[in-house]
Amino acid sequence: MFSENGIATAADFKQSQRTDQYNGHDYYLIDDLLSGEHKMIRQAARDWIKAEVSPIIEDAAQKAKFPAQIIPGLASIGAFGPYIPEAYGGPGLDQISYGIIMQELERCDSGVRSTASVQSSLVMYPIWKYATEEQKQKFLPGLASGELIGCFGLTEPNHGSNPGGMTTRFTDAGDHVILNGAKMWISNAPFADLAVVWAKDDNDKIRGLVVERGMEGFSTPEMHGKWSLRASATGELIFEDVKVPKENIFPDIVGLKGPLSCLSSARYGIAWGAIGCALDCYDTALRYSKERVQFDKPIAGFQLTQKKLAEMITEITKAQLMAYRLGQLKNEDRATPAQISMAKRNNVEMALKICRDSRQILGGMGIMDEYPIMRHMMNLESVITYEGTHEIHLLITGMDVTGINAFR
Amino acid sequence: MKYLVCISKVPDTTTKIEFTDNNSKFNESNVQWIINPTDEWYALVRAIELKEANGGTVTVINVGGAENDQVIRKALAIGADNAVRVNADPSDAYFVASQIAAHAKAEGYDLIFTGKETINYNGFVVGGMLAELLDMPYISLAAKLTANGDTYEVTREIEGGEEVLEVSGACVISCQKGMAEQRIPNMRGIMSARTKPLTVVEASAEAPLTEVVSYTSPPARSDVKLVDADNVEELVKLLHEEAKVI
Ligand SMILES: Cc1cc2nc3c(=O)[nH]c(=O)nc-3n(C[C@H](O)[C@H](O)[C@H](O)COP(=O)(O)OP(=O)(O)OC[C@H]3O[C@@H](n4cnc5c(N)ncnc54)[C@H](O)[C@@H]3O)c2cc1C
Repeated sequence: MFSENGIATAADFKQSQRTDQYNGHDYYLIDDLLSGEHKMIRQAARDWIKAEVSPIIEDAAQKAKFPAQIIPGLASIGAFGPYIPEAYGGPGLDQISYGIIMQELERCDSGVRSTASVQSSLVMYPIWKYATEEQKQKFLPGLASGELIGCFGLTEPNHGSNPGGMTTRFTDAGDHVILNGAKMWISNAPFADLAVVWAKDDNDKIRGLVVERGMEGFSTPEMHGKWSLRASATGELIFEDVKVPKENIFPDIVGLKGPLSCLSSARYGIAWGAIGCALDCYDTALRYSKERVQFDKPIAGFQLTQKKLAEMITEITKAQLMAYRLGQLKNEDRATPAQISMAKRNNVEMALKICRDSRQILGGMGIMDEYPIMRHMMNLESVITYEGTHEIHLLITGMDVTGINAFR
Repeated sequence: MKYLVCISKVPDTTTKIEFTDNNSKFNESNVQWIINPTDEWYALVRAIELKEANGGTVTVINVGGAENDQVIRKALAIGADNAVRVNADPSDAYFVASQIAAHAKAEGYDLIFTGKETINYNGFVVGGMLAELLDMPYISLAAKLTANGDTYEVTREIEGGEEVLEVSGACVISCQKGMAEQRIPNMRGIMSARTKPLTVVEASAEAPLTEVVSYTSPPARSDVKLVDADNVEELVKLLHEEAKVI
């Protein structure tokens, strides 16, 4: 069924009969703080997801195939580079809009959100911030419209939490450079048209460069066997004497702050996105607990169930407030990387706990793909690890408040 | 061709309905508002399709306060070209119809669309009143419309079947399911809605003809009684004595 290059089409997926009834939860009326346009963007994303993604997401996850047919739809709801200015083909929205879109996507599936996060914050963002004007014009409009898909190569087999130790490097060869090395765990890699790759130059400095599919010696084998983020494609990037033209190197950004600034932007999106998983699980558990009768009454009527539900909505509300405030700071360009780490860490862990409690409320049904809970729970095991692990974010907060580095 | 689409603002279908002021007013606090579904999915989208096929402009009109601008912007995001808001409380159907009629008379539209009914008050009457005030033909509950110049073939649903009508020249059509498919606004549409014209006009001096005295909610549903499948006698007894249906 799958086409030769392994890229799935709509025909590869079975439509679920379950209707997606999600309509959000807003205990503290945070919606009052959103603009009318924010709400319109959210509704459009939600409506599109319910029509195009919810019906196939369980099957895509079961088959471990990225549903590539959703790419044009992701572009049309503005999920590719929401904050990229109109001059480069983006919609030029604020950071809260970016957060809202990531939350709606992750409410459906973290893998789908990952595809959009990578494209927006890890590919479009560095090109917008660090590339030459020509490169921006060359790549950004196509990335915004989904005609081009990008990926981000930082992690290596032997360098995860410590990317500064990377061994991928390039050497000067006149009008081009020669790139050698390998990246691992790269989201979107198997079908990406281009990769933003971080590698060391002849002076041992970390630099960013755009590697395009079709360049000789560049391959992107898919990694199989994930129990998490199954609806997103993950692969390796292998560089064997790849000739990369010098104009593909970001001219001015040198050192780890290049990739870390991209990660800050993506982590901010995750801080919003993870709340989406929590909301979907809470929504599912709340609905189920009011309908499921045991001992002659709905299980929502038992104190042990209410404790779970009450704590869930409390934690969700706290996370929503944190994300909203962080969005304001981002809009004012005042959010620090440490503040973003705190929100990413807190909200992902919160979501994972809510998945577990929701799964418990559904009893045996909680493990079935009729409900989204197990899928969210498995997905979040990646989300709590990528973009800086749970431990690393804690160390970032620790270093920020004490001034002492505990990484080494 | 100039198309006019009448849109109203209604509470989202999941809204908890409560009343205030001695049950004479709907409690609007914390309500999520949407465009009335038949106005949006069928009337507006069909008007946009006709414009896309034959050229022209689509204007949406709403009677209401400034808080309605949000749902009006959504209509612009879906594809209407411009909007008019009559700045007044939409107190009854006659008042609304007369305000729209005043605007439509001045502007001269080729085709006016409404939704079949609003999901809040289920009035069904604005379209008919509007046609009367404008002295135009009115076709209600239209499920299909094809245009041939300024002649329209309109299919209506009637009890147990359908009716096909032909009408020429300016008219008012109320639309229902079948007329078009819901369109989700895309990001380009949302961005262009920011700068599309939304004109606010003051209301003309018409007065409403009716006044709401009170609302009551439907009685709460009583508990379900489960009768064992083998216990037919008990079931018959309950149907006879409690439900009083046999
Ligand atoms: C599905 C998926 C998609 C991904 N997509 C991308 C992508 O698109 N691009 C990309 O570049 N990368 C991507 N990654 C990689 C991801 O960022 C790394 O997995 C992550 O940074 C952790 O690295 P590691 O797996 O090598 O774990 P390690 O760094 O080996 O960590 C193992 C454990 O040790 C802990 N640890 C490490 N150092 C310390 C310390 N100093 N103190 C305390 N604890 C420590 C960690 O917290 C963790 O618990 C992806 C990963 C996954 C799972």
